[in-house]
Amino acid sequence: MTRLSWFNVVSLTLGFAFLYLPMVILIIFSFNESKLVTVWAGFSTKWYGELLQNEAFLDAAWVTLRVAVFSSTIATVLGTMAAYVLVRGGRFFGRTLFSGMIYAPLVMPEVITGLSLLLLFIGIGLDRGIFTIVLAHTTFSMCYVSVVVSSRLVTFDRSLEEAALDLGCAPAEAFRLVTLPIIAPAVISGWLLAFTLSLDDLVIASFTSGPSSTTLPIKIFSSVRLGVSPEINALSTLMIAVVAVGVIIASLATKRAALQRRREEQLATQT
Amino acid sequence: MDASAFAPWEDPQAQPLIRFKNVTKSFGTFTAIDDLSLDIFEKEFFALLGPSGCGKTTMMRMLAGFETPTSGVIELAGQDIAPVPPNQRAVNMMFQSYALFPHLSIWDNIAFGLKRDKMPKLDLQERVEAMLKLTRLEQFARRKPHQISGGQRQRVALARSLAKAPKLLLLDEPLGALDKKLRQDTQFELMDIQETTGTTFVIVTHDQEEAMTVASRVAVMDHGRIIQADTPDRIYESPNSVYVADFIGDVNIIQGQANPGEGDGYRLFWTEGQPPLIANSTKSFSAGQTCHLAIRPEKVTISAERPEDAANAVRGKVLDIAYLGNLSTYHVELPNGLVIKAQTANTRRISRRSFTWEDPVWLSWTATAGVLLAN
Amino acid sequence: MRRFFLIAVPYAWLLVLFLIPFVIVLKISLSDTELAIPPYTPTLDLSQGWAGIREFFAGLDLENFVWLTEDDLYWKAYLSSLWIATCSTILTLLIGFPIAYGMARSPEQWRATLMMLVILPFWTSFLIRVYAWMGILSQEGFLNQFLLWIGIIDSPLTILNTNTAVYIGIVYTYLPFMILPIYAALDRLDGSLIEAAEDLGCSRLMAFWLVTLPLSRPGIIAGCFLVFIPALGEFVIPSLLGGSGTLMIGKVLWEEFFSNRDWPVASAVAVVLLLILVIPIVLFQRNQQKQQEADQ
Repeated sequence: MTRLSWFNVVSLTLGFAFLYLPMVILIIFSFNESKLVTVWAGFSTKWYGELLQNEAFLDAAWVTLRVAVFSSTIATVLGTMAAYVLVRGGRFFGRTLFSGMIYAPLVMPEVITGLSLLLLFIGIGLDRGIFTIVLAHTTFSMCYVSVVVSSRLVTFDRSLEEAALDLGCAPAEAFRLVTLPIIAPAVISGWLLAFTLSLDDLVIASFTSGPSSTTLPIKIFSSVRLGVSPEINALSTLMIAVVAVGVIIASLATKRAALQRRREEQLATQT
Repeated sequence: MDASAFAPWEDPQAQPLIRFKNVTKSFGTFTAIDDLSLDIFEKEFFALLGPSGCGKTTMMRMLAGFETPTSGVIELAGQDIAPVPPNQRAVNMMFQSYALFPHLSIWDNIAFGLKRDKMPKLDLQERVEAMLKLTRLEQFARRKPHQISGGQRQRVALARSLAKAPKLLLLDEPLGALDKKLRQDTQFELMDIQETTGTTFVIVTHDQEEAMTVASRVAVMDHGRIIQADTPDRIYESPNSVYVADFIGDVNIIQGQANPGEGDGYRLFWTEGQPPLIANSTKSFSAGQTCHLAIRPEKVTISAERPEDAANAVRGKVLDIAYLGNLSTYHVELPNGLVIKAQTANTRRISRRSFTWEDPVWLSWTATAGVLLAN
Repeated sequence: MRRFFLIAVPYAWLLVLFLIPFVIVLKISLSDTELAIPPYTPTLDLSQGWAGIREFFAGLDLENFVWLTEDDLYWKAYLSSLWIATCSTILTLLIGFPIAYGMARSPEQWRATLMMLVILPFWTSFLIRVYAWMGILSQEGFLNQFLLWIGIIDSPLTILNTNTAVYIGIVYTYLPFMILPIYAALDRLDGSLIEAAEDLGCSRLMAFWLVTLPLSRPGIIAGCFLVFIPALGEFVIPSLLGGSGTLMIGKVLWEEFFSNRDWPVASAVAVVLLLILVIPIVLFQRNQQKQQEADQ
């Protein structure tokens, strides 16, 4: 199917323009001299300077980062365990409920998840703060991790584990020496997914945060509600840049690895 | 290997290495292995042969320890192996998919099992080098599995499973992934390695040619039972049932009623208005018992005239000719509609072939050419 | 033992932090509002034993749900959420399908890059992507300036703080969710099927209609659910791009909780939203399962 008609070209061009123009405009206006975000008044990086002086934003960023690191790490451990149980666990009591609880948070409206967790924290008298946000983020992102990891485990050749057992590994050793290294890319992308979900989350964090634990999205949301500001544009640009660089490097690296592998496989069949 | 010298299964004193005693394995309502008993002896090259789903892979997985029998006992060197987990059995397995660890080099793959045994470093190196040499993989030691060809991967898998010098090596369709030419070469390689190492090999395959080539004994399986376990020549020449005769090679089956004659000769009444067929049988049949005469196509002679001295001769006409290069197989239709295959070696050029389609011909065979089978 | 630990840890985590919170929401939705801390009654008092439990259950009623049907704010908000989610799903499909189709027909060596370009926005902050439109859609925003400049309009349009802006926001943020499953379905499609259809006398357009479209149906259905389900409970988009007239249930729930501090009603709103969502979620699961079975 490589017959691009004019229709395909136009829809691709317009489609990607639609996806990227808003972000491009946002980035351009972050370098605007004027306070008015929509009128171009010359190039300047002063908003970046002001952003770096803004203690409130920096504090919020620090909170967000800590929450994201902790929650995504715990979520990766729990999510990988859950994926292993789902794919390899066989039958056990309450398996249906378990898989239901793994998939439900993926489709649950954030407002409901946030509300229910807040009511739980109040019910058990837990003070809201970084700890409660970490608990909340871990809960929904472990489900994403387990979906990513279990889709890798499903295609995992089980005879590799059996071979490890056959050659004298205890089950835990087989997991550590064989299964884990092979599924590592999926586990890492699960962690990255959990990390960005946590960085990104506004609604659940709003419900579960306390006064001393404002995350960056909460901070952005409250200032954006009042209108557009060049400082937020600058912040957004920085965040987009970090993500874009990360994703591009990652995809280039995987592409190179795939090419390298293909070349080696071709060589192998020739010898 | 001289087959007549090596035949522990005929010695009632010999102790088997593996003994299946009334083993049954069911998965839910499905019975994979049905009350099966079998002895396998040390240094044997034993083939489990059968169609997919016959239970051969289940037997192998029970030996490796990945499945436990529902009932019955499996003994290895006289010990019940049921309580021994797979990682502590002196049994190694070569997997159908090879199951090479993709993240480890060939060297590390082969060393994997030895490292689990905490083998001292120098011994380990020596052992891995020996295995690499045995399988002619020395120059690939540092490559990863995806950097070598399919045939080389197969050898790595073999080296890895032999490295721990197991009492018993299990091979699950070891040559299934190779193309035909490579498979034939590798079959002889496998036999050589089995002989050099003196390890007992149990191979699972659905390829009868492969089983016949490599094995000292072949067990033909169907629906969780062993139908016949015997040397390849006996499986071929004296199958114990129509199933075995039909599964191994090409065969003509003629059904009829047996009638005992003199000695071990029988007359087989097979169709109206034709003289009975003469066949010898060591097994006895009662008068009028339904039985089947199984004759291999290469033991049926095709000729234009009725041969003078043939014990059995029937008339028919050529329906089809399959030219295979070295051989030709003639499909000859008898007056009652039965089609008999006769095979001849093409010792002459094809242009001088004596028969063509629709030609009337005579088929003949001796009294000892076929086997009489009850079922 | 090891297996038990492996199952028990994530299981217990989800029970405590996912299932029990729902039971609490359900319970509070059946309670009455009270000016106290916590702002609802009854509360379960286990110190009184059975009598306490009995009293607790006697105090629960469906009052809040009755209230939801009486005050037209709520059912209007549900209806308008359903309407907005449906319309924006259809719009997303109409925009997403041609893009996915173009990607599937593009040369092999482009596809990985195009795929990355579709996924990239997914990794960037949702909030920022919605925020980007605030600057574009406002009265003096980029879009109005552009339209004035080329002379289509003489006075700026009011787009921000209307439902139109909400549609644009939903289509924009959820577009990748629509493109990816459709692209996956089209990518799997064997090109020789189209050639076979044309060989058997179909025109290009007919081949598309009779072969490509039916075979990409599972992808279309998956994409629609992936947009519809989160759009229904959406909060950020209506509160940033929508106006005071934009009624969406996620926003109502938020305000009920944070502004009115009416926890029982907020919980009741959540319970009803969940009941509404069960239908599309079950249908979605069915579609995925059918597709998985077809793949095997």
